[in-house]
Amino acid sequence: MSHLQLCLAFSSVLFAVGLTGALARSNSILVLLGLELMLTAAIMNFIAFWRFGPSHAPATGVIFAVFAIAVAAAETAVGLALVISVYRHQRNIRLPEANRLRG
Amino acid sequence: MNAVLVIIALVTVGAAVVAMSGRNLLHSVLLLTVSWAGVAAFYLWAGAEFVAFAQLLVYVGAISMAVLFAVLLTRRSRDDVAAPPASRSRGIYAILSGAAVAAVLLAAVSLAPLSSAPTPPPSVTVRQLGDQLMGPHAASLLVIAALLTVALIGAVVLAAGGSPGNPEDEP
Repeated sequence: MSHLQLCLAFSSVLFAVGLTGALARSNSILVLLGLELMLTAAIMNFIAFWRFGPSHAPATGVIFAVFAIAVAAAETAVGLALVISVYRHQRNIRLPEANRLRG
Repeated sequence: MNAVLVIIALVTVGAAVVAMSGRNLLHSVLLLTVSWAGVAAFYLWAGAEFVAFAQLLVYVGAISMAVLFAVLLTRRSRDDVAAPPASRSRGIYAILSGAAVAAVLLAAVSLAPLSSAPTPPPSVTVRQLGDQLMGPHAASLLVIAALLTVALIGAVVLAAGGSPGNPEDEP
């Protein structure tokens, strides 16, 4: 296996672990962390292709990865705010109980 | 060089698996921090130092602290950090779908006609990166700045705000 394939296999396994966690857990913080893990695995692919793929522009992969990390940070902030908001209304952060649209 | 990558991958994936299957929420968050640090080590290994430090600052430094605060703010009692697993059938279905996705991805990766020729490492200095960010990518930098501002203001409004007429907001 070449380096690129090893990197892609690494990120694929990390993605699958995140997906399993996001599907299996009912605690909303753990579901959010599973989503974060999937996003991180996707960002790793940018770096893998930047390092080992056919290169055209020298900095494109790095810049894309930095932007993706910034978007992930914004997503986490909004997600955690939603978790806290759900907790204020339901006194609970388990997802099966959070089934009402009005507070 | 391969051995280092395999060690990093084992630590990262192992920490992620234990975190996603654990019963203690605090342990899960701390183990995921270890996993994100492993991803930062992968970036260092690949030669993307700037991304590695961005990962350390954003994930290991900021996001883990925010998640810890969320865990501590949403527990009902002092010891309420238990995250009991969901029903057994749901766990089995989740593991099955995760394994299916992993199998498809790994098959695609191993069958893809990727060039295995050793490529010279692309060298990019922080100076070049700054020139690129301020030059051809300035528009996307501005969009990211606006996105972060809107998202953080929205997060504050969501987490702190409550309609004044809502009786549940009264202490």
